[in-house]
Amino acid sequence: MSKKLLSVPYLFWSALFIIVPLLMVFYYGLTDKSGAFTLANIAAIASPEHSKALWAAVRLSLISTVICLLLAYPLAMILCNMKVNHSSFTVVIFILPMWMNFLLRTLAWQSLLEKTGVINSILGALHLPPLQIINTSNAVILGMVYNFLPFMVLPIYNVLVKIDANITNAARDLGANEVQTFFKVILPLSVPGMISGITMVFVPALTTFVISNILGGGKILLIGNVIEQEFTQAYNWNLGSGLSIVLMLFIIFNMVITAVTDKDGEVSIL
Amino acid sequence: MIRQILRKTYIALIFIFLYAPIATLVVLSFNNSKTRAKWGGFTLKWYQELFQNEEIMQALWNTLAIASISAVTATLIGTIACISIQSMKKRNRAIVMGITNIPMLNAEIVTGISLMLLFISVGAHFGFTTILLSHITFNIPYVILNVMPRMKQLNPSTYESALDLGASPLQAFFKITFPDLLPGILSGFLMAFTMSLDDFIITYFTKGPGVHTLSTKIYTEVRKGIKPEMYSLSTIIFVTVIILLLLVNYSPKEKKPKTQSKKG
Amino acid sequence: MKDVLVDLNNISKSFDGHLVLDELNLYVRENEFLTLLGPSGCGKTTTLRILGGFEKPDKGQVIFSGKDITNLPPNKRQLNTVFQKYALFPHMNVAENIAFGLKIKNKPKSYIDDKIKYALKLVNLDGYEKRMPDSLSGGQQQRIAIARAIVNEPKLLLLDEPLGALDLKLRQDMQYELIRLKNELGITFIYVTHDQEEALTMSDTIVVMNQGYIQQIGSPERIYNEPENAFVADFIGDSNIISSTMIEDRLVEILGARFACVDEGFGTNQPVDVVIRPEDVELVSPAEGTIQGRVTHLIFKGVHYEMEVMANGFEWLVHSTRMVTPGTEVGIKVDPFNIQIMKKPESEDEEAVGVNE
Repeated sequence: MSKKLLSVPYLFWSALFIIVPLLMVFYYGLTDKSGAFTLANIAAIASPEHSKALWAAVRLSLISTVICLLLAYPLAMILCNMKVNHSSFTVVIFILPMWMNFLLRTLAWQSLLEKTGVINSILGALHLPPLQIINTSNAVILGMVYNFLPFMVLPIYNVLVKIDANITNAARDLGANEVQTFFKVILPLSVPGMISGITMVFVPALTTFVISNILGGGKILLIGNVIEQEFTQAYNWNLGSGLSIVLMLFIIFNMVITAVTDKDGEVSIL
Repeated sequence: MIRQILRKTYIALIFIFLYAPIATLVVLSFNNSKTRAKWGGFTLKWYQELFQNEEIMQALWNTLAIASISAVTATLIGTIACISIQSMKKRNRAIVMGITNIPMLNAEIVTGISLMLLFISVGAHFGFTTILLSHITFNIPYVILNVMPRMKQLNPSTYESALDLGASPLQAFFKITFPDLLPGILSGFLMAFTMSLDDFIITYFTKGPGVHTLSTKIYTEVRKGIKPEMYSLSTIIFVTVIILLLLVNYSPKEKKPKTQSKKG
Repeated sequence: MKDVLVDLNNISKSFDGHLVLDELNLYVRENEFLTLLGPSGCGKTTTLRILGGFEKPDKGQVIFSGKDITNLPPNKRQLNTVFQKYALFPHMNVAENIAFGLKIKNKPKSYIDDKIKYALKLVNLDGYEKRMPDSLSGGQQQRIAIARAIVNEPKLLLLDEPLGALDLKLRQDMQYELIRLKNELGITFIYVTHDQEEALTMSDTIVVMNQGYIQQIGSPERIYNEPENAFVADFIGDSNIISSTMIEDRLVEILGARFACVDEGFGTNQPVDVVIRPEDVELVSPAEGTIQGRVTHLIFKGVHYEMEVMANGFEWLVHSTRMVTPGTEVGIKVDPFNIQIMKKPESEDEEAVGVNE
């Protein structure tokens, strides 16, 4: 009996600070300034500037998710094979950067990518053509990959380390070569980790407004930027909420996939 | 052999990718020039001026206070919640865990604006308190997700044998269950603290005018140019964390036979 | 030496500077059931992994059917392994697991289907094709692992403590099952275990290993009745190992009393170890015994009584169907052919080396 009471503070907290605020987004999103019901805020996504921002966000976040996946999978496999004291090593590589402010790190990419920045100086010294990606969508993609790569590596790594070495040995023993073992055994077994990683990267990349602001030089307008501006500059909370609801459809879709593939919550980031 | 070299190269490249911006910031903190673009010689003056810059100091104080208080509160609420979640029926547990996952899976911008709307509707004064409440909210899931796996691994018979040996339920919890949960609680706390420290988006939507954490302070400076003192401050924070990590990992009490040679 | 299927030549292997196998030599005949027996860390699993191709020896050669396969990867070897914890592919059902090796070899579908049916019948699990591994009990998973290996028609089956995770009753059933399977299939089994009973029950040949060295090779009867050193004697079953002196051929002085025995060639007045199995110690009246003592403990064990007898400063372990109550004065008598004499190791190192034949 007493154990049930222990959950009261948390249940109260999550009702007040998770459920009610979300309901308020829906309330504002489905009403106009006078409080009357309307679908206009949601339909606003179809306007050219909004739909352009949404598709830009979808495009950039999909590209960076794919890049993250391609970079992270080999990395997770290498980390697995190293058999080092994994927790401390992965912490050093992936968690440590978080202790340097995320905005500052993204800003540092500005210095690195600028026309006269560090990378172009090095390229110039090597007589290579300069890299001109600052203030383009490529810079935004780079920023997304940089910031969210750890969220792809860790879930894949966590799934891979749990694969019993004898499972791969058994595949080899039964005649599969390394490539066959990878595609028939390791890859299918790591699908939950990949899906979890894709969710963890796609959602923040889709909804960011900071990375596009800093590395896009104000030229790249993503759906996150639009929503942010509705709230902090235009003060049109109804429209901002309406667009957020559209955004949440993507997130809910993601959540469902995660829930289906990771029933026991086995694949978390840590 | 070739494979080994390829592997090491790959890890080294990723390492450079992840740490190049950090190295840049450290270098900039010693740069005797106000602009980021030029190297104006070595200087320590930003480190001296940092401590005279009251705005940054105030933002640092806010950041640390919010991170500590929110991490402690979230750890308390989250750990207590875990105990009861564990004893729930399967269906209720699934619902509660689903709600717990919302702030983790939802976009930060949506969490941020939803909390903003809540605070507006109750007429709250935007400032330190609203930031703190928001941080506690997004920190609790990190604690729960770290403690829950430990909770599942608990051997119920150790708790029961403590009762059998005459301990009261409270004694049994603090002497038997709690030490078992401690690693999960600690990592949950640390993760909550880190997330709070690094958060920008949710803070941005729930802060009031004049109240700044380091993140929001930096964001307002983005357009007019970051004060170099910021670089020296983040270098100090970063180096402190590395030293702490080294102390924890290589403390003399647990000597492990050559764990790893860490390089890239 | 005809019919030799596997020949291990001077195999050495170390991990992180720790020597696990030291110049190991061993051959296995076709159709033999050979068991590698020893405590954990004795090198038996490493030997098996070298055979399977999962480890490469630092030195030495693995000869299989007359060919050197030392550097051949596991997928090119004509042998299969049944892993310790089964290692079934969790994302495939039973039929897909069994078909794995055959599909890799591009066998026709009808052939594969027949093989699956045949293998499942062989391990008494007909109709389990569509089940997923995690819905099976430990014993069933074990059978599937065996079925998955044998459909590939290997010449040699390696089994790494395959019954270790099963409970006692199931383990005994599976022992009979394995012997039946081996006879039906007519292939060679190399079996790794630390359970001496399992080894004695199933094997044609037992190889006792310790600290990377082979201690003794022989039939179960020989290993049990004539252990060549104290390690083997101690590891295989209970025994009384007593430090003694060989007075001359066929006469040994144990704890100050002289016993007739059948061993020769140890020299005169040489220190030796004597092994006497507890069931070979006869308790008689004090006058009839070679030495005298007093029963100190008595436990009922089902098939026999286990007693401890204190005699001449040594606690003798005795198994007998006749009960003697503690406190009774008794005499101890041992038939000459039940006294096993072993050369004393001169150093601890030599004890590890033992007889390296």
